[in-house]
Amino acid sequence: MGTAGVSASCINMASCSSLKILTLLSLFLSPTIVETNNIEAKAGQFFSSGHTNNWAVLVCTSRFWFNYRHVANTLSVYRSVKRLGIPDSHIVLMLADDMACNHRNPKPATVFSHKNMELNVYGDDVEVDYRGYEVTVENFLRVLTGRLPPSTPRSKRLLSDDRSNILIYLTGHGGNGFLKFQDSEEISNVELADAFEQMWTKRRYNELLFIIDTCQGASMYERFYSPNIMALASSQVGEDSLSHQPDLAIGVHLMDRYTFYLLEFLEDIHPSSTTNMKDLFKVCPKSQCVSTPGHRTDLFLRDPGSVLITDFFGSVRKVEITTDTINLTAPMVHLEDTRPVRELRTEIQTYMDQLPVAEIIHQKPKQKDWHPPDGFILGLWTLILLVFFKTYGIKHLKHIF
Amino acid sequence: MEEDALNQSTAAEADISLHMLSESPSGSVVIYVVPESSTVLPEGVSVYVGQRRTALLRAGGQMRVAVALKEVLASLETWIKQVLQVMSFSHGDITAALSDRVRPGDRSREGLADSMRAFKSSPGYEITFSLLNPDPTSHLLHWDVEAAISSYIQPLLSKMAPVANFSIDSQILYYAVLGVNPRYDPTLNAYTLNADSLSHVINPVEARLGSSAASSNPVLNFLLYVPDSRHSPLHITDHRRHTVPSNAFSSPRWGGIMVYNVNASGTELPVDVHIDMRRVMGVFLPQLRLMLGVQSAAPPPGFLIGPCGNAGLADWELDRLMWTRSVENVATATTTITSLAQLLDQIGNIVINDNIAEQVSSAVASLQLAVGQLEVGNLGLAMQYSKEAILQSERAFFDPSLLHLLYFPDDQKFAIYIPLFLPMCVPILLSLLKMASEVRQRPGQGQAKKD
Repeated sequence: MGTAGVSASCINMASCSSLKILTLLSLFLSPTIVETNNIEAKAGQFFSSGHTNNWAVLVCTSRFWFNYRHVANTLSVYRSVKRLGIPDSHIVLMLADDMACNHRNPKPATVFSHKNMELNVYGDDVEVDYRGYEVTVENFLRVLTGRLPPSTPRSKRLLSDDRSNILIYLTGHGGNGFLKFQDSEEISNVELADAFEQMWTKRRYNELLFIIDTCQGASMYERFYSPNIMALASSQVGEDSLSHQPDLAIGVHLMDRYTFYLLEFLEDIHPSSTTNMKDLFKVCPKSQCVSTPGHRTDLFLRDPGSVLITDFFGSVRKVEITTDTINLTAPMVHLEDTRPVRELRTEIQTYMDQLPVAEIIHQKPKQKDWHPPDGFILGLWTLILLVFFKTYGIKHLKHIF
Repeated sequence: MEEDALNQSTAAEADISLHMLSESPSGSVVIYVVPESSTVLPEGVSVYVGQRRTALLRAGGQMRVAVALKEVLASLETWIKQVLQVMSFSHGDITAALSDRVRPGDRSREGLADSMRAFKSSPGYEITFSLLNPDPTSHLLHWDVEAAISSYIQPLLSKMAPVANFSIDSQILYYAVLGVNPRYDPTLNAYTLNADSLSHVINPVEARLGSSAASSNPVLNFLLYVPDSRHSPLHITDHRRHTVPSNAFSSPRWGGIMVYNVNASGTELPVDVHIDMRRVMGVFLPQLRLMLGVQSAAPPPGFLIGPCGNAGLADWELDRLMWTRSVENVATATTTITSLAQLLDQIGNIVINDNIAEQVSSAVASLQLAVGQLEVGNLGLAMQYSKEAILQSERAFFDPSLLHLLYFPDDQKFAIYIPLFLPMCVPILLSLLKMASEVRQRPGQGQAKKD
């Protein structure tokens, strides 16, 4: 970038060469200064963030084919989070509708996020934990607070502890103070704030990053009151979040603007990068997003400038070199093989006839037992009889009986 | 008899002979004060902490003249306090156990690192030993992990049975690679993995480990990695570029990884390799102790801590663990029940089932019993009651029926009911007005009629 600027402003040869030398020198000097700072920063990194594991809860709340962009939003964040290191066992992915296998999808088994089908965010190892109609306000709150029935499998639970950093990403249609789930119910900002407070009292998180990409998204984080929450939204109260680009082959809008630029930003992050949250706040300014993204950091204890992106989006483990070893002197006790010796089966095994087709084809239809007429038929006949006798008088009865 | 035991040549032998004389109950500490002239303690060492619950303390120089017991104890007071802090519990241990309720700024950096390292108290833990073989064509690995676990790990876990349940499994993963490329170091003639890149080693492997899906207990993973023949030998270097003798590292609250180098110098591939499980378990065992919270801070100067014995865990370490875990359990259960009570206060119309009420009352009863036993010093019973209290309180708090979804703000209530009732109220109001005006007119009419 620097050399391009120099060549553009070159007027005569002498000033060009001196400018070039100056820019080259500055380019060489700055990396060395940065590197010494890096070593110290890495040494102190163990203590700066108090987390040992990362979780992510990614929710798409809208169904129907024209809400393709919400599923693509969620899958883009899922992809970035997986790429930066968080394993599937620590991600709870909730998609309210299946766009990849939707019968209106001209390219089945794909969900694209860029025009001209550049990036397929569906991939081949997506693990969706809550799908379709399972994505409800109740299930979402159950996942957050941990109040799941005992039969729920481990992949559907948020098993975070007091040293977990959790990333929560919501997208869909929203309004001032609410987020719409599945076109039939809503979650309000007060319920969400209460759920986070429940998480805090049981210490189910160390720090929480809440990102929401809906219309009037900033209203959803207004009511938070638990400590250690940082929140980002794609638009302020009264503004709409707009979608990015339609794709003419697929026929729908592929992504929302905020998440599109968020994905571009995250593609530059790798697991050992040191970009901090202040850069995340600058993602998608008003010129690109048309809406004004907002953020809230007053509940967060650390300074956002010292919080790395990988603290929430990635899973950088703290490691300690093992210095103590124990000299084991006792010999190993070899276990006897206590498994019983299996006798060989001598009878011939055959498969049972699973579907006796021959019997089914030649079967006669079963005789159904006779049942007295149903209530509706009875009621109808009673009505007809009553009307008849009302019209023509009761004396006609004696003609019948 | 104790004099004979204390006249042994080394402190370790004296320790063993003292055990055979008497058995000290759980939670107690026995300190034997030896004169300064005794040779049982080596030079420069004032206190020897044994395997069981005994300590040998060397009396100071001013004890030459026979004095009363009170003065003896007063002069040894500081040493005795230090011994108790090492062997029993210190203020720092209790603060760490209550770490959730202590403000983060109050604790030191070391305290923070210590509290992050060990797992929180849980009724059970799952331990998985995995052998990673990225190059099966070159190495045919044999590891007798069942025997190693039963010889070295199981005694420790059986001794810790009052604290938690443990379930162990093991697996072998083929073609599992580390996520980082090691660099070749010509000075060492080996490949090195620097400490900075170790953070990124775990994530690609974790997806393939298959954390057990049976329960919600925390999982500890211990990985043994045998480097492929192209990257052999592989050494781990620390921040100062020195090789680490144990060739292993651990991640707090996750587990440990050890790199085991083999000499694949056979002519025919694959080479049969029998892994020395004693060396491997000698590294995994201290990592396991760290993860479970058994390890402690460095002892004060002048202290010599004896080896931990066959079980890998000294009795006083188990006592200290039980003290801190009981306190932690009691604190957690109390917080859970308090927050449950606050939640039920906030929501006026929630339905509390009978089973939740039973669980809460039994949790409170267990808590009171646990605190009573802690006051007396019965560690085993205190631990048991505190575990019951935790189980009941967690079950009550996380009961699925306690989810409240009924949030009715006042403005929404008005918005719903006014369109329903206002049109109905209009004719009622009008007829009321009409009745009122009729009542007012009747005395007027009455007067008119009279006239």
